[in-house]
Amino acid sequence: MNFVRRNRIALLVCVVAVLCLAWGVMQGQEQTVFRKAVNICMECIGLG
Amino acid sequence: MGKLRTHLRTIVQIVFTALTNGYAAGFAQGTIYKGTGKLVCVPGLNCYSCPGALGSCPIGALQASLTSRTNKFPAYVLGFLLLFGALFGRLVCGWLCPFGLVQDLLHKIPFPKKLRRLPGDRVLKWLKYFILVGFVIVLPLTILDIVGQGQPWFCEYICPSGTLFAGIPLIASNPPLRAALGWLFTWKAAILVVLLVLSVIVYRPFCRYLCPLGAIYGLFNPIALYRFHIDEDKCTKCGACQHACKLDIPVWQKPNSAECIRCSDCRRACPHSAIRTENPVSQRCGARKRPAK
Repeated sequence: MNFVRRNRIALLVCVVAVLCLAWGVMQGQEQTVFRKAVNICMECIGLG
Repeated sequence: MGKLRTHLRTIVQIVFTALTNGYAAGFAQGTIYKGTGKLVCVPGLNCYSCPGALGSCPIGALQASLTSRTNKFPAYVLGFLLLFGALFGRLVCGWLCPFGLVQDLLHKIPFPKKLRRLPGDRVLKWLKYFILVGFVIVLPLTILDIVGQGQPWFCEYICPSGTLFAGIPLIASNPPLRAALGWLFTWKAAILVVLLVLSVIVYRPFCRYLCPLGAIYGLFNPIALYRFHIDEDKCTKCGACQHACKLDIPVWQKPNSAECIRCSDCRRACPHSAIRTENPVSQRCGARKRPAK
């Protein structure tokens, strides 16, 4: 209980993080990230 | 054992960089990994166009989500940033970031007059927040092309990690890409060269002044599960921690400064062992040792 009390903010943020991840997956946002990541990013490599 | 402890952080940095950029075929063939690992963001600034990258860059992914034509609120990427921040804070910068590793290794090169900070440090350290808000969030959302799509401004105009780990290897192994080189690559290469040279003279210039990911994780330093604690009974305010800190942080005053990358040089330097880490393992072990009231 002491551990939870001392780290309540971090643990709450972790819970929010997991909820955000789940919501993002439900929205299909992981596919947005995936599609960008599996193609060579011309902007990232300096070709615009 | 002492030598292992001294070099432990470098070993962890090298191993993690190798693990998250282990797609050797990418370097050999001049391509990038296209597997399911790229559904997941790695914690550090690791360009997903690096031939070896097995995961996605959180800052690149954030911009990709913001410039998406469908849902603009980047809940998925935000989840990763919140999770890494809440667990580790800027421990990611000190132990897991590939570009941080490069700067650390360059700083080991001898130089006649190393600086503890650049002139204008007090103002410059706010620049990374300006880059985060301006180049990572606002510009991608607001400056749209003819089809209503934004661009990843930070990746396109600033990110030296992308130039070093993605641009140079891919262009070196792909003649068609080499043929398309223009002023933009020259600009980004210049930024990279300046930062690499500065890394020899001052410790971690990119992390201190420019990195938007470090700006995000730094906000979590005071509350992350991994954080520092000063034992006031032991601390004599001798300043040994600040003297040892390559980022010149007064650790005895600000143990969880947003600038701290958790290298732990201060903890090793403290003659009174007054700087303790708070992490889930140590907190649970401490709880078990305390006798019940």
